[in-house]
Amino acid sequence: MLTEYVSAVLLVAGAIFYLAGTIGLLRFPDVYTRLHALTKADNLGLGLIVIGLSLQASSFAAAGKLFLIWLLVLLAGASVSHLVARAALHKGVHLWKR
Amino acid sequence: MQTLYFALALFLLLNLFAGMWRILKGPTAADRMLAAQLFGTTSVGVLLLLAQASANTVLHDVALVFSLLAALTSVAFVRRAWLSKE
Amino acid sequence: MEALALLQDVFDILLGFGLLWLAWLALFSLDLFRSIVSFISFGLLMAIIWVRLDAPDVALAEAAIGAGLTGALFLAAFAKLQPASVNGKGSSINPQKQSSRKQLLRWLPALIMLWIASGLTIAILALPPHATGLTSEVTSNLTASGVSNPVTAVLLNFRGYDTLLEIVVLLLALLAVWSIGSSVPSIESEPGPVLDTLSRLLVPILIMVSAYLLWVGAHAPGGAFQAGAVLGAAGVLLVLSGWKLYPGLEGFPLRLVLTAGSITFVVIAILTMLVSGTFMQFPPAQASILILILEMVATLSIGVTLAALFIGSPPTDIKKL
Repeated sequence: MLTEYVSAVLLVAGAIFYLAGTIGLLRFPDVYTRLHALTKADNLGLGLIVIGLSLQASSFAAAGKLFLIWLLVLLAGASVSHLVARAALHKGVHLWKR
Repeated sequence: MQTLYFALALFLLLNLFAGMWRILKGPTAADRMLAAQLFGTTSVGVLLLLAQASANTVLHDVALVFSLLAALTSVAFVRRAWLSKE
Repeated sequence: MEALALLQDVFDILLGFGLLWLAWLALFSLDLFRSIVSFISFGLLMAIIWVRLDAPDVALAEAAIGAGLTGALFLAAFAKLQPASVNGKGSSINPQKQSSRKQLLRWLPALIMLWIASGLTIAILALPPHATGLTSEVTSNLTASGVSNPVTAVLLNFRGYDTLLEIVVLLLALLAVWSIGSSVPSIESEPGPVLDTLSRLLVPILIMVSAYLLWVGAHAPGGAFQAGAVLGAAGVLLVLSGWKLYPGLEGFPLRLVLTAGSITFVVIAILTMLVSGTFMQFPPAQASILILILEMVATLSIGVTLAALFIGSPPTDIKKL
């Protein structure tokens, strides 16, 4: 019963981070800042959801697959944001100034 | 619990739709591509929640393929499409 | 319980409308790049819809092909369109100067398409209104098919020629791309340490997952097309990080791998015809191993064909330039 509550709290927390990522994508002023929404908020949201779900996983193998999925998403997010930021800088997309 | 899974999946889906606005607006091509990348991460979350709700572990394989190919389009974009544009 | 049903309905309705909207964006955007991104997102949403329709096999294929590979293919095509639109302004054919014979040639495919479309319409109208489907027949014959996943049984045993034709279609697409593909000498920059590391980490995992999907296809959703698409993605990632095919393998060996899937399929089909008298009728005792061989070769061919489609021109051509 306790694991169910912990899992539910983690899942809701994950969803809140997803919301933060979406708000970031919509509200941040330029490409470079919007990258944060993708690489930090959403990946953390997915991580919390993965932890929450793996608490209820039927076996270690199932939980391991969930963590593998998270690691792959982290890898993709980190590499892509680096590549996009570098290409944007290379192309001369202006940095946002207050 | 099942209701919670579906409620959260629905919540993530709404996030995904909000991200569509970025695809519409841009302004640069990179912004649109980022939105698509965010779609991928969000869809993985949705799939995992749906898998738990329906107790169907096959969906983990679908999420696995999503996460594996998440980087592919963005890398193709950076390496091919964007540098030649404009 | 009622809240759950309501949530599911709202989820499904939103998914449906979201898909329609993305389809609209993909078709009617003036900005070609926006269309492509919309189409990539369309593929992601479509995969979720297949999941909701309880068709994980199709969802897997859509995830691998729709959300991953087609996006990369479109972006590569988009990149090739850019220089053409700048240089090709003077050389584009004026439609008024076209001879009437060429005009006639344009009408011919249109007429053929119209013919096929009307034939399909008649066929759909002729369908019985309440079809029972073939589910019971498939399940009752599943033990004779050599696999326990009904989708694999249909695709590779009961309706094997469908899969054969699909592989041939993929090959034809590659031939078409090769024959019209102008190899734009691309100025490749160094991949950089991040992309290099990404491809070194991801390519082995992609190959492993491809093998996993192939193996799991016998008893659960997965199979040759999904595995081939993931393998193709590995190839695309290698190409994007500056990897080149070893020169000795560019000619005959590459073509052999490309056609191996179709050739093996036809050879096995003819052999089974000699043994059992019917085209592609696998003997139940050997069905399992035959399907495994077919799937392995088909996976390799599909993967290499998809990666070759991404490159877009025969590798020997690039060398001549």
